[in-house]
Amino acid sequence: MSTVDMGRRAILGHGALLFGFSMLPALAHAQFNAMGLPALADPRLPGSLKNTPFLDAWIQIAPDGRVTVCSGKVELGTGVRTALIQIALEQLALLPADIRFIGGDTALTPNEGYTAGSHTIADSGTALLHASAQVAALLREGAAAQWKTGAGALVLDAGRVVAPDGRRMHYGDAIKGLRMPGLHRTASPSSPLRAPGAYRMIGTSLPRVDIPAKVSGGAAYVQDMRLPGMLHARVVRPPRIGARLAGVDMATVARLPGVRKTVHDGNYLAVLADDEWRAVSAMRALTAAARWEGGTALPQPDAIHATLQALPSEDLVILQRGAMGAGRGPSIRTRYTKQYVMHGSIGPSCAVGHLTGGVLTVWTHTQGVFPLRAALAELVNMPLEKVRCIHAEGSGCYGQNGADDVAADAALLACAVPGVPVRVQLMRDQENLWEPYAPAMVTTVRAELDGSGRIREWAYDVWSGSHNERPGNAGKLVPAGLLARPILPSRSLPMPQPEGGGDRNALPLYDIPNARVVNHFLPVTPLRTSAMRSLGAHLNISAIEGTMDQLAALAHADPVRFRLDHLGSQPRARAVVERAAGMFGWRAGAASLPHRGRGFGFGQYKNLMAFVAIAVDVQFDPDRNTVRILRVACAADCGQIVNPDGVRNQLEGAIIQSASWTLHEQLRYGSDGIASSDWSSYPIMRFSGVPERIDVALIDQPGLPFLGVAEAAQGPMAAALLNALAQATGARRHDLPLLADR
Amino acid sequence: MSTQLTINGKQHAVAADSGTPLLYVLRNDMQLNGAKFGCGMGQCGACTVIVDGKAVFSCITPVGALEGRAVRTIESLGTADHPGRLQAAFIKHQAAQCGYCIAGMIMRAQALLEHNPHPDDQQIRRHMEPNLCRCGTHHRILAAIADVAKGGPA
Repeated sequence: MSTVDMGRRAILGHGALLFGFSMLPALAHAQFNAMGLPALADPRLPGSLKNTPFLDAWIQIAPDGRVTVCSGKVELGTGVRTALIQIALEQLALLPADIRFIGGDTALTPNEGYTAGSHTIADSGTALLHASAQVAALLREGAAAQWKTGAGALVLDAGRVVAPDGRRMHYGDAIKGLRMPGLHRTASPSSPLRAPGAYRMIGTSLPRVDIPAKVSGGAAYVQDMRLPGMLHARVVRPPRIGARLAGVDMATVARLPGVRKTVHDGNYLAVLADDEWRAVSAMRALTAAARWEGGTALPQPDAIHATLQALPSEDLVILQRGAMGAGRGPSIRTRYTKQYVMHGSIGPSCAVGHLTGGVLTVWTHTQGVFPLRAALAELVNMPLEKVRCIHAEGSGCYGQNGADDVAADAALLACAVPGVPVRVQLMRDQENLWEPYAPAMVTTVRAELDGSGRIREWAYDVWSGSHNERPGNAGKLVPAGLLARPILPSRSLPMPQPEGGGDRNALPLYDIPNARVVNHFLPVTPLRTSAMRSLGAHLNISAIEGTMDQLAALAHADPVRFRLDHLGSQPRARAVVERAAGMFGWRAGAASLPHRGRGFGFGQYKNLMAFVAIAVDVQFDPDRNTVRILRVACAADCGQIVNPDGVRNQLEGAIIQSASWTLHEQLRYGSDGIASSDWSSYPIMRFSGVPERIDVALIDQPGLPFLGVAEAAQGPMAAALLNALAQATGARRHDLPLLADR
Repeated sequence: MSTQLTINGKQHAVAADSGTPLLYVLRNDMQLNGAKFGCGMGQCGACTVIVDGKAVFSCITPVGALEGRAVRTIESLGTADHPGRLQAAFIKHQAAQCGYCIAGMIMRAQALLEHNPHPDDQQIRRHMEPNLCRCGTHHRILAAIADVAKGGPA
């Protein structure tokens, strides 16, 4: 293993970025940043205006005054559509029903890369806040020119510019008065924003615009699309990674009722039928008609962490501070591990493809319509401008699930039947066996106190495979690797700090004078892995916070007090810690009942986004090795809050989802391949296991930047459970899931 | 050879083979979006509908077994503009994130409330156990059902 000094690497990385933008084609460029973003157009502009500076890319006003708002970010079930609409309408004096909102369409919206990493409100929300404020100013200016009055006295009200004397003009007429007509103009770095305390739309719990259709059987998902003449397709994937098709009887399948087309290309098999159940039936027949051989051997799950630590790694020193190894104080040395975890979307991935008039359109629940379009164009060998990806909602994905892969299926199969729309949905076992899992990980920590009970030294190492196998090139898509002429995936790259991948939140936020943190990036690991909510932060925050509790015990300090003592200069961090402890009624040295445990966890997501602190109270049953979560108290600061109820919904969801991962979840696999094909072989938390009570307190920060929140609680919740279970069981567990049979 | 089905109070002659799971007939022949494909094995509840007053997994119920029985889907409870009581409670509590599981959740809860209009919180939790939510919206789902349970009959 070679150790790379991060200082030099950072400079090289920067150079690569600069050259990447100017010299490399679009496809290659997508490899250089984890968010799939286009080149910077003007770094002075707020949010995603930096990449897409034209106002009319975001807000369009038709001649009749109707307003269309566009975002490159997509609704993944987190409620961002509603929040983005709130932000856009804040300055435009319109109601949600007055506008058309488009999120994620390569023909119509800005390219904002992936909807990921809790970036949506910070990137797209900030862009829309400024774009709408600048458009509002232009509307007043355009009306003022026509009325030959000052713009300062004009106000916007319900889609009209209104003069003090009562004259009114709709927005379509108002922009006609601009000296340079229209909104195709670059945004300015600063905007005439309303005072944050005077917001009328931002900061309100506007009900989500998508929920009424979702509770009444409305067409809400890509799964609900029905195009005229549409065929239903099903694929047959190999039974194991690396298995080769030794033989298949396609003719029998082709004669089954309703079958219109069969596809056999290398190890890629699919069937298209005039009816969905007939497609499923034919898929089953095709599965039975196929003979496979070979396949890649997998390690046993109990050997995976030793396997990972022995693999070739790219070692990145991401923190080197002070002098290591000087002290002789009391110290802690611990190794934490995490098994592979599944995204586990309730709805298997689905897409609709249609090749007509020389244009391939794919409706998809991908997280990034633009990067996906590039990969699909490469896959089907069509020019970029002849492929269009339109986002349509799917089941929650929580990162990269099968969405992009099934979009590739839809593209390939639509090209097999030109002119005919094709809907393809994965079956449950296909989603489970072929999704890119959250990586198994290992971390080691050695921490030492000084004579006064403060942390003197911190050495931390993390080993992880890739948290970003998104397209990328076409080879990142499962179907591309199965074709007779396969496309190989491009090289896996670490995601750079400060956001990081496996090393996300590997840098402790606490005041520590001497520290060294190394990210051992593993380019090739036994299973395909990719982004799942919070990436490495889930295990890193668990390891850091578990160690903080152990150090507090060594220092004979209360764990919350110990944390506060090491957050001296960080008022926002201290505030959430104090708030969560206060809500919970945390008392130093409070006596515990038998098998009862309290635990605390804190983190600032990526050390630059939302601050979250969580305290939990659990009851452990040693006979059954089960846990009841009696209570969760969570305090969060995500900057200026756009929709308080939406933020609460995300935090509650993250708490429950993280509890499920942390206590129960691990992929089952062995020499026969992946065994977690369904919900009995991959159980997740059900109603009986969710916390009995969850309290969430929000600390609003009017005027401060929006910080994402959807992924900020996963690490702190895992850490709080880890620490609570240590108290409840009397013995620390360092291996996730905490309740695994061992 | 067709199967006679009663769906949301109306008679339908369905041409699908009698072994076809109800879910596919609802989604494709009837063009009803509410019931969702989740697992095809009765493990997750995304496909839950009510048959003769009981919550059933439509993904594993062949239409041939349903002749003369009353099938109800979420579309029978109300519309986006005129939601039924449970639907309105789910909207009030914003009891959805991605929402893919929600139609199944509502139909399972509806079956409980028709049988027992005032279940306590533990009864609600126990009754909802077969249905999975991955977004972690459980508390809001329970609160929405409890709202209706504390009122009159559903």
